[in-house]
Amino acid sequence: MFEEIGTTTEGDLIINVGPQHPATHGVLHLVITLNGETIKKVEPHLGYIHRSIEKMCESLTYRQFIYVTSRMDYLSAHINNHACALTVEKGMQIEVPERAQVIRVIMDELTRIASHELWWGAMAMDIGAFTPFFHAFREREKINEIMEETCGARLTMNYYVPGGLMAELHPDFQKKVKEFIVLFKRKIDEYDELVTGNIIFINRMKGVGILSKEDAISYGCSGPAARGSGVNCDIRKLYPYAVYDKVQFDEILETGCDSLARYMIRIREMKQSIRIIEQLIDNIPEGDFQAKTKAVLKLPKGEFYTRVETARGELGVYIMSEGATTPYRIKFRSPGFSNLSALDHMARGSKLGDLVAMMGTLDLVIPDIDR
Amino acid sequence: MPGLPLSWRGNEGEVMWSLTNISSAIHDWLNQTFNPTWVMVIEMVIAGIAVIGLFAVLGLVLVLMERRVAAWMQIRLGPNRVGPFGLMQSLADTLKLLVKEGMTPDGADKFLFNLAPFIAMMVAMLLMAPIAFAKGFQLWDMNIGVLYVTAISSIMVISILMAGWASNNKYSLMGAMRSGAQIVSYELSAGLSILTIVVLTGSLNITDIINAQADGWWIFKGHIPVIISFVIFIIAVTAETNRAPFDLAEAESELTAGFHTEYSGMKFALFFLAEYINVFIVCAIGATLFLGGWMPFHIGNWEAFNHVMDYIPSSVWFFGKTFFLIFVIMWFRWTFPRLRIDQLLTLEWKYLLPISMFNLLLVTALAILGWHF
Repeated sequence: MFEEIGTTTEGDLIINVGPQHPATHGVLHLVITLNGETIKKVEPHLGYIHRSIEKMCESLTYRQFIYVTSRMDYLSAHINNHACALTVEKGMQIEVPERAQVIRVIMDELTRIASHELWWGAMAMDIGAFTPFFHAFREREKINEIMEETCGARLTMNYYVPGGLMAELHPDFQKKVKEFIVLFKRKIDEYDELVTGNIIFINRMKGVGILSKEDAISYGCSGPAARGSGVNCDIRKLYPYAVYDKVQFDEILETGCDSLARYMIRIREMKQSIRIIEQLIDNIPEGDFQAKTKAVLKLPKGEFYTRVETARGELGVYIMSEGATTPYRIKFRSPGFSNLSALDHMARGSKLGDLVAMMGTLDLVIPDIDR
Repeated sequence: MPGLPLSWRGNEGEVMWSLTNISSAIHDWLNQTFNPTWVMVIEMVIAGIAVIGLFAVLGLVLVLMERRVAAWMQIRLGPNRVGPFGLMQSLADTLKLLVKEGMTPDGADKFLFNLAPFIAMMVAMLLMAPIAFAKGFQLWDMNIGVLYVTAISSIMVISILMAGWASNNKYSLMGAMRSGAQIVSYELSAGLSILTIVVLTGSLNITDIINAQADGWWIFKGHIPVIISFVIFIIAVTAETNRAPFDLAEAESELTAGFHTEYSGMKFALFFLAEYINVFIVCAIGATLFLGGWMPFHIGNWEAFNHVMDYIPSSVWFFGKTFFLIFVIMWFRWTFPRLRIDQLLTLEWKYLLPISMFNLLLVTALAILGWHF
């Protein structure tokens, strides 16, 4: 830790990027050893936004703890809630109505698009283009409006309960989602024109931040970060939950292993999400939005684990129950933490400017890493 | 102002309004009232005040313009609350920066730290001298005008290096080093593309260069080689003024604010202002060399059209062309991502420099053979 104030014995420069720095999108602290502009070592320091969510969950009932998880990966709030609800449902063996399952999938995919759009804007900003950020937020705003009408919130939605949904859909929901689909299909091409096709952008992304398939697996990467290296890891395909086994969509794989591959994965994933929503939006079955459950939920003694695919990768929820109204122990396997661990391996030997681009393609959300 | 050959003070009986009317009126009145020594002193003072005034006005206008252009490209409104159309916004910002505490960090080299912004400012002011703002309206019509501009603009890098080194901050130091490498490299291309016009004109004098474009701007007269050198010039000066996509010296997402990380208050404002003034100056030079400066747009023998064009004051022509180029440079900034430092140097040394050298040979051949119009 002492060497952080100056230079190493070999005369390399050590700079602290963060905890307050425009590139880290949160309170991540990177201690970077630099030789000129070339990176020799990246050491992430965590814990600046640790709120001990896992410990908090232990004192909350099974109905309550779901909503704390909205604050983990706040860009995938719905999907986090989904994972927790699924775990409780698995333990209690609650049958979720078909209607609730379909709505959950639509909401999850809308969340994924919103998350990827924010990532796209922030990614462009990381490599120095400011304008895409505003364009991304313009479309993301439409999703937020849809969420606001139905869930009453724009970021931490808290819409899912064990056994279904908290409330009925807003009457305008289907109409607005269809409007959004039409709008988004037009705008996604605009994104490609503005950023993806830009020669400077391609030069900045291609061949930097190489993460081979073997490394991606051994670092435990998941989500777009791993699929960019050709790892087959989409939980929606491998272990389908809700109605993901009934809809048609492709698992996006790229074999470039570089920043551009990870970028393209997310752009193409947005199109797949739209495809899923299109299939479901007209086919929301009638019926209850919530299963009938007991007033007080008590999971039987035992261990329960569920995993879902968030916008960042695999989120695992592990609950250990002693049969009480609150969980005995809870552990979240967050995608951001494992993805961040690969950063040092990817960044060594590249330039400082590329580190920022690599962090962008990992799509780090710091509250998800620290919890 | 002083020093123009009589023939370029406007033709007899010309109806065109020009800034020269004001300057010659003042000049004549002073000559009638004082003796020549005093006239010179007073005119120098007036010129100095005019430069400072222009500085302030340009700073305010360009900052507002940048913000409005950015807002326009980013589907926002931009500043529109302070005064009509947000015109007073920059004034309010300047006032805020003026009353802010000018901090000097511990461990900084205090003398160099405080000197750097003034050098940046001084360079920008010196560069104003040879620019012809309108027909016959020029502070100092020296015979080495173009050389003077390239020479003085190189001093800018010293102030950036000074600021980066004296701040005692690693981000600042890295920003300054990047900037040093960048400015020194791109000056070559900028210089070579300026040289193409010098070769065509046969003079370094700004007035001569503008007069040579009376029958058509160089960008139209010089065939493709001049268009190539114009494009290279725009790229190189964008890099020289540290503007995106070449803003590596202050790469926000990498180095927080680069060489001026530690600066605050008015010292920061001087750097900020100097950047915008430099943008104005390089665009003014570009407009002068390639787009004919204050020369109106003429088409061959369309007498009526040319006559209408002549009615537009020459200062409007000059500022119109300059602001068009400024807009182009702002357009770059808000659409392109940033290059990496090695890509930046590769672009210059492997592509732009060889192309501009070859281009210079082409233009030289063109000039010798007299193939331009």
